[in-house]
Parts: sequence; C-alpha cells; structure tokens
Amino acid sequence: MIHLTGVKKAFNQGRANEFWALKGIDLHVAQGKVTVFRGPSGSGKTTLLTMVGCLARPTSGRVKLKERDISSLPERFLTDIRRSTFGFVFQNFNLLKGITAVENVMVPAYPLGGDHGALRHRAHELLDRLEMGPKAKSMAEWLSGGEAQRVAIARALINDPQVVIADEPTANLDSARSAQFLDIVAEMKRDGRTILMTSHDPLVAEAGVVDHVVTMRDGVVVEAR
Amino acid sequence: MPVWLNRQRALLDFALSSLGRRLGKTLGLAVVYTLIVAVLASVMLFSHAIRREAAQVLAGTPELLVQRLVAGRHDMIPAERLDAIRAVRGVKSAEGRLWGYLFDPAAAANYTLMVPADRVVEAGSAVVGSGVADVRGVAVGDLMSFRAHDGNLVQFRIKDVIDNDSALVSADLFLVSETDFRRLFGVPADRFTDIVVAVRNPREVRTVAEKIDAALPDTRIILRDEILRTYESVFDWREGILLVLLVGAILAFAIFAWDKASGLSAEEKREIGILKAVGWETSDVIRLKAMEGTVVSLGAFLAGYLLAYLHVFHWGAALFAPVLKGWAVMYPEFQLTPFVDELQVATLFFFTVFPYTLATVVPIWRAATVDPDQVMR
Repeated sequence: MIHLTGVKKAFNQGRANEFWALKGIDLHVAQGKVTVFRGPSGSGKTTLLTMVGCLARPTSGRVKLKERDISSLPERFLTDIRRSTFGFVFQNFNLLKGITAVENVMVPAYPLGGDHGALRHRAHELLDRLEMGPKAKSMAEWLSGGEAQRVAIARALINDPQVVIADEPTANLDSARSAQFLDIVAEMKRDGRTILMTSHDPLVAEAGVVDHVVTMRDGVVVEAR
Repeated sequence: MPVWLNRQRALLDFALSSLGRRLGKTLGLAVVYTLIVAVLASVMLFSHAIRREAAQVLAGTPELLVQRLVAGRHDMIPAERLDAIRAVRGVKSAEGRLWGYLFDPAAAANYTLMVPADRVVEAGSAVVGSGVADVRGVAVGDLMSFRAHDGNLVQFRIKDVIDNDSALVSADLFLVSETDFRRLFGVPADRFTDIVVAVRNPREVRTVAEKIDAALPDTRIILRDEILRTYESVFDWREGILLVLLVGAILAFAIFAWDKASGLSAEEKREIGILKAVGWETSDVIRLKAMEGTVVSLGAFLAGYLLAYLHVFHWGAALFAPVLKGWAVMYPEFQLTPFVDELQVATLFFFTVFPYTLATVVPIWRAATVDPDQVMR
C-alpha cells in the first residue's frame, strides 16, 4: 500500500546546523497490517511517519501511496490526502483545550462540510465504542492520559481513514492502559485499517497484533521483520 | 444543507467556541473597541443631527435679508428703504425687523431681544425663552428690569415662557413690544435693524438679490443658503476639533487592537499546528481566524453604534454637547431628531471593522503556512 524508495530528509539544509534525519529509506507497508517502528530517540522514526502521513515532504526519494507518487505534491493536495486517508494519534495527544471531548473528535471533519447533526452522532458513536461516552462532554483538559488518548483515537477515526498513524502511543500510559490501547489497535485492524506506530515500548513491539517491526538507527533501517 | 453552507456554519461554530475559550482577551478587546466606536459614532451622529436641525430651523427663515452697512459695519436701516425694495420686480413682501442683543449683568448672559412679527406683545410685558427663565429664575408674572440707553429703567412683566420644544432657537429670546424695544435702545421710529424680503419665485432669489444690491448700494444682502453654509462650516469645524482631540484615543486603540489581534500566543500557534495536522487547509485556518476577527469587530461595531445612538438621541449627548453645541451661559434644552446617514455608517465601518479583521488575518496567515509536521516534533 505504501512504498518508500530512497527517502531522505534533511533539516536546515545548507546551513551550519544541517541535519539528515533520514538517510535513504526503502520500505514497503502492506495494507491492513500493523507495523511498529522502533529505535532510540533521534533514529528518524517520527520523521519517517511525517513523510508517510503527508505532514512533510522528503528532501529526496519517493513516497508512493497506492502507486500514486505523493512525495512532490503541492500542499493543498497533501492536505486532501492527509484528511481522507490518514488519522493521527500524536504522542502528547494534542487535544484542543477549552472544548469538549466530542468537539475535539469532530474538528477534523469541519472543513468537509458534512451534516453537523450526523457528524455529532458519528463522534458520539466513536466515543461510545472506545468507552468514552460518559466523558463526551468533559473539557479536554479534565481528561486523564488514557482518556485523552482514546479521544485522540476517536478524532483520528472520525473521517474513516484507511491508515492510522500513532506516534509513541503508549509513552504516557501505564501497562494496563497500554494493553487496552493494543486491544483498540486489534479492533482497528479487524476493521481493515493499516496501522503504523512508533514506539520505544517492548510491550508494543512484542504484542500479538503487530505484524511487522522495523528497527531504525541514525536515520536508516537496520532490521525489518 | 449545501456543503459550502455546512462548512461555514461549522467554522463559525468553532470560531465562536474559540472566542469563548479566550474569554478574558476577547471581552477586554470588545469593550474597548465598543467604546471607541461609540465615541466616534456619537460625534458623527450628533454633528450630523444638529446640522439637519439647523437646516430645518432655517427652512422657516426669510429667503433674503437686507442690512445697511456704514463704514463696513451693520447699521440701522431707514424705513424708506422698504418702499425701494418693494418696488423691485419679483419681491413679494418686505418687512422691517427690530432685534438686538442685551447683556444682562445679573445673569452674565446675553439675550436676543426681538419684536415678534407673528404675535403681539403688549408694552410693558415680555415673552422669554426657557433659557432666560432658567438663568434668571423667573416665571410668568415676575418682573424684570433693564437699564435703557439713556440710563432709565425699563420694566417688563413676564407674560409667557416659550416651551422647550423650540429651545434650540428660542432659549435666549426676549420678545418685547416695538415701543419698548425702541425705548430701550433709543432706536428712532423710522429705523429698523434689518429688512426681511420674500420673493415670488424661489429660483429668482439671486436675481432679486442682485437687483436690490444695485438699487441700494449701501446694503448687504444675506441669502438663507449662505447662513446655512455658515452653520455647516461651524459644525464641521467643531466636529473636526473634537475628532482631533480624539485622535490620541483612536491611536491608542489602534496600537492596542493591533497588539491583541496580531500577537499570536504559543497556545494559538499550537492550535493552528494541530488543525493543519488533522487535515485543515491553510485557507480553512485563515477563514476561521477571519471569522473570529469579524465576530469581535462587527459585534463591537454594532454595540458601539447602538450605544452612540442612545447617547446622542436619548441621553442628550452628555459627553460632547458643550463642545458641539457651542459655549454659552445658556445651553438650550432640546431633543435631536434621530437620523442615521448610510454613508457615515459605511465610513465608520470601513475604518474600524476592516483594519481589525486584516490585523487578525495577517499573522495567522504567516503562522498557518508553516509545515504541519511541527506538531509531531
């Protein structure tokens, strides 16, 4: 489903502090599978996910989504693909403060201009599925780490994406909550979604739901199984 | 509902909730904004209404006035000039008027003394304006006396006080009989202060004026239009003075609004990053922020204008009345007729709502064009 060929990414290119986060990645991600990227901090895991998720463009190399080269598309097209194909669960969840959980879930769908009532209904359904129904009207800042993460997952799923990208999803969770998260991942996999995660957590890499583990170091893939 | 409309509704909903999240900042800005619009709109509404009022009052005044000049100064005009004026083709009527000013040391105020053409005032009595009655604390039946030109006392019994409705023109009036007027100022029986002329065809006013000017070279002719123009420039000048005084406040507001509107907090930048990462286009973010700016500025504009309307037409423009009406011992009490000029509203709108919305959008545009991957870092 996703093909990466010779993907390189440089920050501050041409300046004294030039830094190459990715130094040539070749990778294939199959549809409907769970892939975990692991490696130490600075190994390029998150940068790789931003390339795949159309949040940034590679400095060189190609990223193909279903045989379509998306590595050199203009910002507007990237946004369109990002909105329709990907759902994101960020490391610190990045919920908007001051609005309720259900409003946070609805935010990615606002620019699509769908029916407001139907959208609200869908958001409540997603929260119910993630056992967050009773907290739907709680302000984002009142939620615990686990609750905030489930709201972030519901937000990632609101536009019914084929691919869910999660950056260090268990970094702020205890073991019980991490296990609960992996159950949700299994459910998303059953729905036919492709899941890409970065994680330091051995619990994640060794979970039964995970199909592939890609180990990275210093911007290159050192092992893929 | 069409997609476009749904989208705008969703964005507006979100814009309102965003404003609610920054309630302190939003309210503070809206209050100052409202006050500035209220002050500016008050000046505009008041001066416009008073100009209209003056125009309406002057509509009932004579079309032509003839005054005699001696050495460039206004002098009493001989009664025989009436016949000369009546003989001019196009003149409907010509009447001599008696009026003048009298300083009352007891009140330290100037009154306008007149012999009325439309009512009879008996000798020894007077009809006074409400301002005169207030400043001297007199009522119907009381006595008022003045020293005449020869030092003798002339006494008047107040017969009537003119009501407040016409206070704009009648506050300082002191109406007396012709006999008393002539006795008080020593004006001979064959002299008038000036002559009012009515013309048969209003379109011929200028031609008639030229003819009178040619027939009576020692006079000056004053047209009603010229008086109107003088009033206009007096009020324009006062409005200008007040606006100049307000420039400081307007500038302070501009700096305040620019700072508040253009200064993006770290939290706002983070939010823009999140919105972009979850699939909002740069244009969606800009539209959202423009809506926030429009809600604040439009709300403040409407509230400010309403406040100004109430201030001017219901509360008597208490803040500016002394400057705009003029300085006097006797302020006329009067209620202005509410009037709103569309061009004025549009001008004020353009100079308040438009710059603020622009000030909101420019920094957002800069922030919204950054790469969305910053949220992941």
